[in-house]
Amino acid sequence: MRRRTLLASATALAAPALRPAAAQPAPGRAETLLLVQEYGPNSLDMQGLGSSQPVNGVALNCYDRLVRYKRVPLPGEGNGSTFDITSLEPELAESWQEASDGMSCTFRLREAAFHSGRPVTAKDVKWSLDRAVSIGGFATTQMNAGSMEKPEQFVALDDRTFRVDYIRKDKLTLPNLGVTIPFVFDSELAIRNSGGDPWAKEWLKNNVAGSGAFRVEAFRPGTETIYARNDDWKSGPMPKLRRVIARDIPSPSTRRALIERGDADISYGLPPKDFKDLAEARRVKVVGVPVPNAIWYVALNAATGPFTDVRLRQAVAWALPYEAIMQASLFGRGVPMWGATGGPTTAWPQPFPYSTNVARARELVQQAAPGGLTTSLLFDAGSATVAEPMAVLVKEALAPLGITVELNKIPGANFRGELNKKTAPMAINRFGGWLDWPDYFFFWNYHGNNSIFNIASYQNPAMDKLIDAARFAPDAGSYAEAVKGFIGLAEQDVPMIPIAQPLHDVAMQRSIGGYQFWPSREPDFRFLTKG
Amino acid sequence: MLRIALSRLGTAVPSLVGVVIVTFLLTRVLPGDTASYFAGPVASPEAIAQIKAQLGLDQTLPVQFGRYVSDLARGDLGTSLGTGQPVLREIATRLPASAELTLCGLLLAVLVAVPMGILAALRQGSWVDHLCRVLTTAGVSLPVFFTGLLAVYVFYFLLGWAPSPLGRLDAFSSAPPAVTNFYLIDSLLAGDSETFLAALSQLALPALTLALFALAPLARITRASMLAALDSDFIRTARASGLAGRTVVVTYAFRNAMLPVVTTLGMVFSFLLGANVLVEKVFAWPGIGSYAVEALIASDFAPVQGFVLTMAILYIALNLAIDLLYGLIDPRAKAG
Repeated sequence: MRRRTLLASATALAAPALRPAAAQPAPGRAETLLLVQEYGPNSLDMQGLGSSQPVNGVALNCYDRLVRYKRVPLPGEGNGSTFDITSLEPELAESWQEASDGMSCTFRLREAAFHSGRPVTAKDVKWSLDRAVSIGGFATTQMNAGSMEKPEQFVALDDRTFRVDYIRKDKLTLPNLGVTIPFVFDSELAIRNSGGDPWAKEWLKNNVAGSGAFRVEAFRPGTETIYARNDDWKSGPMPKLRRVIARDIPSPSTRRALIERGDADISYGLPPKDFKDLAEARRVKVVGVPVPNAIWYVALNAATGPFTDVRLRQAVAWALPYEAIMQASLFGRGVPMWGATGGPTTAWPQPFPYSTNVARARELVQQAAPGGLTTSLLFDAGSATVAEPMAVLVKEALAPLGITVELNKIPGANFRGELNKKTAPMAINRFGGWLDWPDYFFFWNYHGNNSIFNIASYQNPAMDKLIDAARFAPDAGSYAEAVKGFIGLAEQDVPMIPIAQPLHDVAMQRSIGGYQFWPSREPDFRFLTKG
Repeated sequence: MLRIALSRLGTAVPSLVGVVIVTFLLTRVLPGDTASYFAGPVASPEAIAQIKAQLGLDQTLPVQFGRYVSDLARGDLGTSLGTGQPVLREIATRLPASAELTLCGLLLAVLVAVPMGILAALRQGSWVDHLCRVLTTAGVSLPVFFTGLLAVYVFYFLLGWAPSPLGRLDAFSSAPPAVTNFYLIDSLLAGDSETFLAALSQLALPALTLALFALAPLARITRASMLAALDSDFIRTARASGLAGRTVVVTYAFRNAMLPVVTTLGMVFSFLLGANVLVEKVFAWPGIGSYAVEALIASDFAPVQGFVLTMAILYIALNLAIDLLYGLIDPRAKAG
């Protein structure tokens, strides 16, 4: 009897598995992309608190923004595109017009629908942007970076007209609408499921309520995320891929084996050495884009400890073995940030005038600390693949000068805490700003408001004045002057020594086309093609 | 037997209470600031405070503990910040993944280690004995991540015999309807031989890797306890009485040698279940070990507490099962 029930239940269970799939033929391998990455999203809501880096990919593919950046082809055949942040293209907005006084911008929305079938209205846009400036955490900080600070700035004029009022003239306001934070939710659906929370934080963490090109078919944190194409997408050309499987493969060796064997289509986040090997072997395509506004650097504490003396900071800048670091820790996957000749330009990142010159370094140390000194260097265990060899090389290079460096490797959860203390004499870090303007970088890293990224705790009123002048410069001439001014000051005071601008590398099969690089660095499935 | 089981369970209660208290305190003294880690690099102090309040970390320790215990009583293990999912649900899907892998690895290890240990004890100094020595030395001295990577390199990358190391199933298969969450069993229940084979082929390499590791202690303990048993008086008596060699070895010697083997088996199983993190990482196995380690690195309390508690309960259940098994193997053990 018992056995019979078991058999009966077994067949009952088998039945759904044997039933043929839905009427539409399932996407075949040619229309399905398999992507492998170290770890996947921990939420589906990029505005939410504590969202991990891959959540940007969900925002990009499953939600629409008002605008996106103009796509610019990368050099090299079939390498895909990067972007021009100063030139915007329509996404949900079909057109926009800045007011003649330059203090607001009015957007006309296209006729688009959410995954739920509801039309996208200006009310939804307002709710979403209100949410971004009110929810706190990273989303709000990012909105503030473009001078979007209060819900009152967002006005729904009618169903398809939406206006952003400026609180000040800020060249970052419009570009900041293209990052992965101000995306548009189906506000009615979200509110209906919110369970009383005005921003539906819990529900949106596990559910997509967007109008984007893909919906999330399965979300299994720590294992995989499966995306399926939204066939009614209106905000761009219909994606070629019908299904994307993003698997979390923690071991980089396994991710490399998968791409080399041809089982995975795209592999993200390999160590620089693997990208170098893959690029040299040429079997798979490696696309490396210099990450805009990003630098690996050594910060020297200008507020406490030995490096308050500018001569010692300059000594370290003259002593660093730049070339060795580039080869041994980045394996050449970066753009050199040393050895500049001629004065500063307006480009950013740009090389500093230092290079390895031990004699000059020794001379400066003799002047400032003839007896030598002992100090420590902080770095994040989470980025140890690059930072650890870098730290060892720094230690080795400073030892002959009489500077004894103790290495201090800190696990990820504690690293930010340590940085926040602002007491580390030396630290290795990588900063990347989404909005690609030098004054944006300097505002976070050099300004006297002493954000967490100003690891050197560098305070200089002259620097603040130049940064503020550039941020709100009335014309191109004064802007260029201010930028050159603060870069020159940074080169002279070196509270941070730039080493290299990292490349963002992605390995993909030769059959994969349409790669698109965005500030968030996450894969955009909307333009990818296969075969 | 029921009485033994109940009394054993009774003695387990204090250890569980201890585990709850100790894990709570340990996770609180861990260095690292959970809230500022998850708030992200540019979080404002208000955002950090908001996360702290949400996690109850702004309360005093006794209040936090009271909240933790009352949640626990309702079967709520909290929510992981790292994956954003309830810990209970994660453990419920990840524990079977780890258990399936560990059990298969252990089964393989037992199938090889026990006969090999017996033969090595019977023919000391023969080639079987030497083979046993080589394998056990290799098993303990090669770290699992190394054998795992080597296995991936040889069997997947070079030879192409093994399927891509993508976890429990390749990307294009879908999981069988969940009953036990053991894919091998679920696919058989569903009568889906294709999924069964797919799951089995994904399982083969990691299970082999684990088996090589588990083999060493098992083979050594089998050999040692067989040697001790074969040396004892009752075996000499049995031999002198002219019993068949097979009866002497299997019925008399092996049965007596089994107790330490079973004890070791239990220890190896519970150790492997939580400790095969590296195998899980190499083969992208969504198991419980890598989950706990990730959470620990991020100072994510809830999964760590849930993991330790689950492991404690498992240990207790396992020890109970082994104790009961003793009684079956050796009737003398029942009285004690």
